[in-house]
Amino acid sequence: MNAAVDRKKPRLATTSLAGCFGCHTSLLDIDERLFDLVERVDFDRSPLTDTKQCASCDIGLVEGGLCNAENILVLHEFRRNCKLLVALGACAINGGLPAQRNHLDLGQCLQEVYLTGPGIVGGQIPNDPELPLPLDKVRPIHEVVRVDYFIPGCPPSGDAIWKFLTDLLDGRTPRLGYPLLHFD
Amino acid sequence: MRQPNILFDGLPLPFADGQTIMEAATAAGIFIPHLCHHPDFKPQGSCKLCTVKANGRHVSACTMPAKDGMEVENNSPDLNDKRRTMLQMLFVEGNHFCPSCEKSGNCMLQALAYELEMLTPHFPHFYPDRPVDASHPQVLLDFNRCILCELCVRASRDVDDKNVFALSGRGIRKHLIVNAESGRLADTSFSLGDKAAHVCPVGVIIEKGRGFALPIGRRRYDIQPIGMELERAARCRGSGEAI
Repeated sequence: MNAAVDRKKPRLATTSLAGCFGCHTSLLDIDERLFDLVERVDFDRSPLTDTKQCASCDIGLVEGGLCNAENILVLHEFRRNCKLLVALGACAINGGLPAQRNHLDLGQCLQEVYLTGPGIVGGQIPNDPELPLPLDKVRPIHEVVRVDYFIPGCPPSGDAIWKFLTDLLDGRTPRLGYPLLHFD
Repeated sequence: MRQPNILFDGLPLPFADGQTIMEAATAAGIFIPHLCHHPDFKPQGSCKLCTVKANGRHVSACTMPAKDGMEVENNSPDLNDKRRTMLQMLFVEGNHFCPSCEKSGNCMLQALAYELEMLTPHFPHFYPDRPVDASHPQVLLDFNRCILCELCVRASRDVDDKNVFALSGRGIRKHLIVNAESGRLADTSFSLGDKAAHVCPVGVIIEKGRGFALPIGRRRYDIQPIGMELERAARCRGSGEAI
């Protein structure tokens, strides 16, 4: 019987792109409600499961914006596999802190950090082919794929994430409203 | 003689001769979203957030005089959708990074975004390059957050009699400038005692040395939504309570 019920459980995937994992920490901040959550959903690709590939999912929570090529690949993987894609937190929604570099020239940034900055002797700009190439500007995820829902906040509170997920799982249109809707 | 009324969102709203729609609504404790309007200054109707429908036409509530029998639509899904879109355009046009802004929680732009449930900036970001002016000993100017409301321009010109600020350029290149040959605030007579130092609805004009003295989460619009302030003040006036 459990197996039959389990098959009907929605699948939830989460990832952090150019973020600080603060939004994931906020997800953990739902505390004992995590027990309710694992009763109601199965986790797919997520730092919580350490699964590296996203299978077909119902909900994808994406923390962080896009600062390198790998972020774009992961975002497309999520969009392909998730029925509902959710931008979780400020960086996914507007680029957030990483986007504060957007008015700087990327080449000059790399030069200063790895070559000409104080105390650097014999430095070199990392060029290992395994390293994803940085983008010239950090972008929010809605500028690259269609996003179905947005949960603002830096990070959104555990209560906001819980309200959103329970609204969605209970079949209501998710609505944060005051005071859960916050940009800071 | 019967007091003149406008029909405001279907309800009669009395007004005094010469009042604008905004003034009549404010006096009755009804909030109309706005950014460039300030009761102490002559209205200029530039931000368009207060757009209402008066007798079927879109007008700025802050500049449109109330007329007896005028039908005004304010709090409707259609108008609030348009206002949300205007907010989104303001957000992407500047650099509004709330988590690092000292004005967060006290910012009208942010409070209106909460009020109108703006969840996403929707449009592609401009990410403009606007260096800050930290030259003044008491005040920091962060042009990244300017929404061109001209409240500082009006306050400095009309109240402080100093003419420290102005808008320069046209269209998308319009921007706030400081009236000094160097362009730096330190080279003007601007001071913290000026009216202009305290009218910015967003986080452009920031007093130095205060920072996060009041933590995020306990600030003006953290305590109460912007739309509730007027209503509560009106209720308190009616019942004689302290606001």
